[in-house]
Amino acid sequence: MAPAIMLAADAPRLSSANTGFMLICSALVMLMTPGLAFFYGGMVRVKSTLNMLMMSFISLGIVTILWVLYGFSLAFGTGNKLIGWNTDWFGLSNIGLTELWDGYTIPVYVFMVFQLMFAIITPALISGALADRVKFSAWALFITLWVTVVYVPVAHWVWGADGWAYKLGVIDFAGGTAVHINAGAAALGVILVIGRRVGFKRDPMRPHSLPLVMLGAGLLWFGWFGFNAGSWLGNDDGVGALMFVNTQVATAAAMLAWLAYEKIRHGAFTTLGAASGAVAGLVAITPSGGAVSPLGAIAVGAIAGVACAAAVGLKFRFGFDDSLDVVGVHMVGGIIGSLLIGFFATGKGQSAATGVFYGDHTFTQLWKQCAGVFAVLAYSLIVSAVLAFLLDRTLGMRVTEDEEVSGIDQAEHAETAYDFSGAGGGVTATAAPAQAAAQTRKVDA
Amino acid sequence: MKLITAVVKPHRLDEIKEALQAFGVHGLTVTEASGYGRQRGHTEVYRGAEYTVDLVPKIRIEVLAEDDDAEELIEVVVKAARTGKIGDGKVWSLPVETAVRVRTGERGPDAL
Repeated sequence: MAPAIMLAADAPRLSSANTGFMLICSALVMLMTPGLAFFYGGMVRVKSTLNMLMMSFISLGIVTILWVLYGFSLAFGTGNKLIGWNTDWFGLSNIGLTELWDGYTIPVYVFMVFQLMFAIITPALISGALADRVKFSAWALFITLWVTVVYVPVAHWVWGADGWAYKLGVIDFAGGTAVHINAGAAALGVILVIGRRVGFKRDPMRPHSLPLVMLGAGLLWFGWFGFNAGSWLGNDDGVGALMFVNTQVATAAAMLAWLAYEKIRHGAFTTLGAASGAVAGLVAITPSGGAVSPLGAIAVGAIAGVACAAAVGLKFRFGFDDSLDVVGVHMVGGIIGSLLIGFFATGKGQSAATGVFYGDHTFTQLWKQCAGVFAVLAYSLIVSAVLAFLLDRTLGMRVTEDEEVSGIDQAEHAETAYDFSGAGGGVTATAAPAQAAAQTRKVDA
Repeated sequence: MKLITAVVKPHRLDEIKEALQAFGVHGLTVTEASGYGRQRGHTEVYRGAEYTVDLVPKIRIEVLAEDDDAEELIEVVVKAARTGKIGDGKVWSLPVETAVRVRTGERGPDAL
């Protein structure tokens, strides 16, 4: 997110076109979180469907409130290289309706709400690695702490005008580093602390509904246009449109690449492969889409599709239970997209920086990308593991083995996703009075 | 009387029904079932992880027959169910002590 190039004489004025566009983009990004919930929800077993949906959905509640209270101020206020600070933005207490985001033609409120949607989906992404086994209360507290001590500072580093990575020239158009590597590394950190699901590698843990996965992947793809094309914060110079095109192109290439890999390795074109490949492409083009050409986007998507398809098997080899492949898809996809900028950046998109294949063919940009990627990866992995360790020692991160085996939906939410029983059971005391009253009325009539 | 039970591939149901009707059987019971025989189910692949699925979908057809008809009826069912491929299923018969038509109270062969 580079400041827009402005002619010196032109002070930015509020653009209703850009503002409208950004409000729509914000709504599109919001839709990604329930989309993600379905993407993950279909991939778990029947007995933990609702918990998976709720782990994403709760982020909409928690992060919204803390973003308004202090998150936005600390992430995007001017401060130092590591953290922002703006007292006017605590509780959004002193923002004018037409006050513009510095250097742009949209109100601060619009920028704030667009960034809020990013802050919501990032912790939700982590939840896929923790399927079936984490106490809901511990998860809610984890989100609160994680957004505060990991997401907020990392967003400041990468996107804040005075963040160290931004100043260094690390390119992260829409969140390959701040969102995907960040969430993937956090997922790895947490699962190394909390351990595997009961029965990992022994019991079958097949997805219970691939149609839900496809629905979720479709909603993600749709919402991702807002995520990516919106990240230029306006449409005055065509970079947003390039990003829109690259989003579609890379996603298509990644889906095809994943399917081809799968057909060769495993003999079938699977639905889950198509959905996963699309998401891998979306992840990889997120950081790079503003810097590469559409042909470059095909390369980025295809490489990510194959690499992520290969990476998801690593959990079985190394024995860490990344339930729904958050590490394999988001961390690996994010790393690939971020590093490929160092090769495929044309210098004609969001910035003049060029990769190895363009300009003067130097590795300069690649090294910058490496710095951003590995700093965020290490910080997120370590801090997330520490948070999980502390929560595990105090609240306890996991449900009991009995609850896990019989189903976390019932244990944590007192609900089940589907009613398979045609018979049996009765109404308990709390529901009974209504029933009794209904019967009485029938008798009276 | 005999109870003839067939556990067969679901897509053979129509052929079996037609063959039984042609033979003069008036009623039958069909249940969705799952199981495996020598072929032991099939393999599914999710993100490269292979899962063996032991239990494959089957249907269970039950028909009551008079003793004299039982052998021939078994042949009819076997013929209609056969595809020649692995997993075609099994048919067996058991003796039945009594049968009652619920509506009328008729017993034995009259209840069929």
